[in-house]
Amino acid sequence: MKRWLPFPFVSVLLLLFWLLINQTIDPAEILLGVCLAVIVPLIAQPLQPLGYPRLRRPLTIFRLLAMASVEIVRSCFNVGRIILFVKAESINSQFIRIPIDLRDPYGLAVLAGLINLTPGTVWVEILGDRHELALHVFDLHDAQWWVDTIKGRYEQPLIEIFE
Amino acid sequence: MSALERLPTWAALPVSLLLIIGGCVIVTGALGLMRLPNFYQRIHGPAITITLGAGSVLIASMIYFTAQQSRLVIHEIIITVFVLLTAPVVSMMIMRAAVYRDLRGRKHSSGADAGDVYRFPDEDG
Repeated sequence: MKRWLPFPFVSVLLLLFWLLINQTIDPAEILLGVCLAVIVPLIAQPLQPLGYPRLRRPLTIFRLLAMASVEIVRSCFNVGRIILFVKAESINSQFIRIPIDLRDPYGLAVLAGLINLTPGTVWVEILGDRHELALHVFDLHDAQWWVDTIKGRYEQPLIEIFE
Repeated sequence: MSALERLPTWAALPVSLLLIIGGCVIVTGALGLMRLPNFYQRIHGPAITITLGAGSVLIASMIYFTAQQSRLVIHEIIITVFVLLTAPVVSMMIMRAAVYRDLRGRKHSSGADAGDVYRFPDEDG
């Protein structure tokens, strides 16, 4: 099982992708899609120097994604309001440091993706010396709030999923 | 407009609503790109365009073609997923390039030293 389906999650995604892009649920296309879903992860395995990640707690993944989507829509309206109604000189844009305990590279990649998708925050890089994240915040009011939010609501679930 | 007129009301209403919301959000994002003073603020404008703006337009497209062709048309999900996967990577790379460009070029007006994360290399050692 593990040998032929090294990364079942991506196999399912590939099958869905194949059916979506062909816009069909024809049995022949499903068969072709299953072939692709089995073969592609096997071929792509050497391209992953770290191996495929092990995903734990699927429920936590869904909860994290749902929470992140709500957060993205909410920040969209916040950023839109600031652009339209706040004077450009009084926007307090700053870089802040956030200490990060998450070490798994895949976990960090997901964290970077979610943070960058949320309008108003852009991930710059992990600063090497103390493993701190440099984050640019569009309109900073309370740096501690950002630290608590990112550590509690994003990092904690990701540690549960990936580590 | 004739194609939209032939659409049943249950579909025409959410489609137009989503297109209006999406259009407003996209204009707001473009406005942010135009009128914010420095680079690090301008990068936040397009972020709302790619998430809420593109999302609304793509959902509107799904509803429109589903109603018009009387079958489920949801392959726009692929566009959504690819936009959401690639946009954060691009913004991270641009941001990092900009920070290091401004630090090396010692552009003090750029706002790269806002907060005390980054310092210009010639200051206090």
